[in-house]
Formats: sequence, C-alpha cells, structure tokens
Amino acid sequence: MSDEPLTVLRSPLRLEYTYTAGETSSRFLRGFAQGKILGRRCPECDKVYVPPRGNCPICTSPMTAEIELAHTGTITKFCIVNLPFAARNIEIPYVSASVLLDGADVPIFHLIQEVPYDEIRIGMRVEAAWEKPEDRIPGMESIMYFRPTGEPDVEIDLFEDADA
Amino acid sequence: MTQTQSEILSAPHVLEYPYKRSLGPVIGRFFTSLKERRIEGVRTPAGRVIVPPTEYDPDTSEPLSEFVEIGETGIVTSWAWVTQPRPNHPLQRPFAWALVRLDGADTAMLHAVDAGAESAMRTGMRVHVRWAVEPQGGIRDIECFEPEAS
Repeated sequence: MSDEPLTVLRSPLRLEYTYTAGETSSRFLRGFAQGKILGRRCPECDKVYVPPRGNCPICTSPMTAEIELAHTGTITKFCIVNLPFAARNIEIPYVSASVLLDGADVPIFHLIQEVPYDEIRIGMRVEAAWEKPEDRIPGMESIMYFRPTGEPDVEIDLFEDADA
Repeated sequence: MTQTQSEILSAPHVLEYPYKRSLGPVIGRFFTSLKERRIEGVRTPAGRVIVPPTEYDPDTSEPLSEFVEIGETGIVTSWAWVTQPRPNHPLQRPFAWALVRLDGADTAMLHAVDAGAESAMRTGMRVHVRWAVEPQGGIRDIECFEPEAS
C-alpha cells in the first residue's frame, strides 16, 4: 500500500524551437552587434518601424528604406514588475517600459535602470546603455537597459497616436 | 538588400513551464492505485465502468464515486504505428499508440503498445500491462502494454 493518496502531479512542459529570424529581423539583430538600432520607413505611411518589418503592418507596402535610429527616446508607458522569474535575474521591483526612440513611430520594450523604480514616469527621457563593443551580440541584449538622460520630460499626447 | 541564406540568423529557443497539476479526488485515486500496481475505474449508476475514471458521469453529469478494480489485460480497439519515436515518447523504439479497453471496463484508454513490429499489431489483439520498475504515481507507472503470448 502507498503511504498517502496522490494530490499533485509534476507535469513540466518543455518546447524546443529553432527560431529563424528571417531577412529583415536578421539585419535588425545584426545591427546591435555594431551598436546600431535599425528601423525602416514605410514609403506610403511615412511611419518608421522599429523593430523593422519587411512590409508595412498598416498598408502592406514593402519597406526597403533602412534608417539608423537615435539611441535616445521617451518613455510612453511602463510597468513595475514585482515577480521574479528564472529567465531574468534582476532585483525586484524593476521597471519595463515602452520607449519611443527619437525618429521612430512605434516604441520598443526594454528595461529601465539607474533610477529608483518609483521615480520612473511617462514622458521621461532615456538613453540606451550599451554593452562594451566587444561584448555586443546580434541581439537586443546588446542594450543592457535604458537610463534617464536628465533632460526635461516630454509632453506625450497619449491619444494622438494609438500605436505609441 | 538581398541576402544569402547564411546571413539569416537562427537560434535555439526553449520554452519551459514547471507546471504542477492538482489531481482531484478521482484522478488522484487512480494514480495512487497505479503506484500500487492496481488499475481502478469508476462505475456509473447505469453500470458502465469508465477507465481512466472521471469525476462525473459523461451521460448524466452526476458525480461518480464507486470505484472498481479492473484487470491488467484487455484488447486493442484502435492503434497507430510510430516509426520514429520522439524524445518524450514512452518508448524509444518503434511502437503503437493504441486505445486499450481493459477487461472489466467499458471505455478504452490511450497508451503505448510495445509490439516490436507493425505487423504484430491488429485491432482486437489482446494485450497486458507492463508495469514500470519504479512507480512514480502517474500514467507512466504503466510503462506500456505488450501483446499476450498467443
């Protein structure tokens, strides 16, 4: 006879993928190894997308015009993370934020550091903190995080552009 | 902006979820019995025996609680041959996924049949349980089914 009736079953799930970035995303990712943030401009909508896509998500026009973006931007939204998880070994609470890079029309999502979490606000100006050139890889991890620039806040019209 | 294939990046990407499932009173009892090398089903008021047991009668939705022990032998009611087992499969050699209706049960359960060759499989064949050497309390306490010697 067994000692105790079973009440819980460990049932881990593991999925092993090979992610293939494709042409446009590969160029974007390789840009980070060279210290560049690359986007593309839609010839019809005139919007600048970062990460770039091969075709405009709005009008589907092919986007071939590659542009290099500034390493500075503005926080358009953020969240304070209070739950640790295995893939990110970082002191909690920490802040992940949408950063609208100067010249871009859609924000990227990244970590904000070098500032107390409760001082982070919408409209705050931030800049990319890069890994040392020899440690940069073809991936967004080459930017360790964004940190405040100390510039005055920017007024963000949250309703002007729903994408931001 | 054309690129050769070698310029396309790819990388391994592993997703892992460390799930724990609450078993509830019925599957909990079923797995507990497997650990003891017994197979228990549940009897409905209409007299059907359901294996693996369910908490509720599939016909009437009434809660079920009358457990009955059933046999370690049964028949294959349907099967599919696997020529190349995957890493998570119960057997690492070609085998059959099969629906097995155990003697004393009115429903069939899905499990593996270690028949050696596809030609040894047929619907209606008799099989019996091969128990795992070290029961853990789970469906894999039945390592697989194997054909009855004929």
